[in-house]
Amino acid sequence: MSDVLLWAGVVLAGGCGAVLRFLVDEAVRARARGAFPAGILVVNVSGALVLGLLSGLALGDDAYLVVGIALVGAYTTFSTWMLDTVAAASRGLLAVAALNVGLSLALGLAAAVVGRAVGAAL
Amino acid sequence: MADLPPTVADSPPTVAASRGQTLLAVFAGGALGTLVRAALTRGLPHDPGAWPWSTFAVNLLGAFLLGWWATRLLRPPAADPRARPFLATGVCGGLTTFSTLQLELVDLLRDGAPGLAVAYATASVVLGLAAVLAGRAAARRGADAPEDDERDGGPGAAPRGGGVLRGGGAPR
Repeated sequence: MSDVLLWAGVVLAGGCGAVLRFLVDEAVRARARGAFPAGILVVNVSGALVLGLLSGLALGDDAYLVVGIALVGAYTTFSTWMLDTVAAASRGLLAVAALNVGLSLALGLAAAVVGRAVGAAL
Repeated sequence: MADLPPTVADSPPTVAASRGQTLLAVFAGGALGTLVRAALTRGLPHDPGAWPWSTFAVNLLGAFLLGWWATRLLRPPAADPRARPFLATGVCGGLTTFSTLQLELVDLLRDGAPGLAVAYATASVVLGLAAVLAGRAAARRGADAPEDDERDGGPGAAPRGGGVLRGGGAPR
């Protein structure tokens, strides 16, 4: 793949990943209206599962850069996860803040491990 | 907790962007943030069992920027309604990543570096939270408005519609 095509792919995949995150987050939040930021949890855990799967498939470096690093990487987010946690704590919802950190890490790690095992078995 | 306000730093834009404009802003910001992150990931690869510096750096930078913008965009004069979807959902969301962080943790565990994995996870979360707070403080320092102007600033904060992180304007 030429460099220009590769980086054009990264840009397109990054934009698509961000839009997908926006839509999934919105859809989840329309159904789960509590104080817990469930939308980003669903996005991040599902993204960790898919990235695990992709890494298990042992794609080439360029394909992994576009689909894994760019698309799935942009789909998931660290910054909103942190901002949601800070905002929950600022409102005095310390349990929500702690749960948002702990649950995301535990489920994300489990999803990545399961995804990789499935990908490697395919 | 069902009756509590839905998120974090929520505030409707004064003028709503159209659905298409919002999605386009998210796309453009996401493309830009991702380009920077992917270039760093490709340009600064880390050895197996070593600290993943590139992801660590973009995540902390993105957390700082999001803390700054989420606070700054709440202040008058009202920002362009496309600013939030572009900067927060797009640029910060594209620049930072959760999935790669998780995969890097799995790799560190696989490569026999469990101590480093714990340190990396802990440092990412602790410094990520600190980066959001630092960004928020920096935005407030530059503000003319009083400190309690920020709408997620306390337990008494009123519920708001819209979503600063998600671009706002969408019905809930």
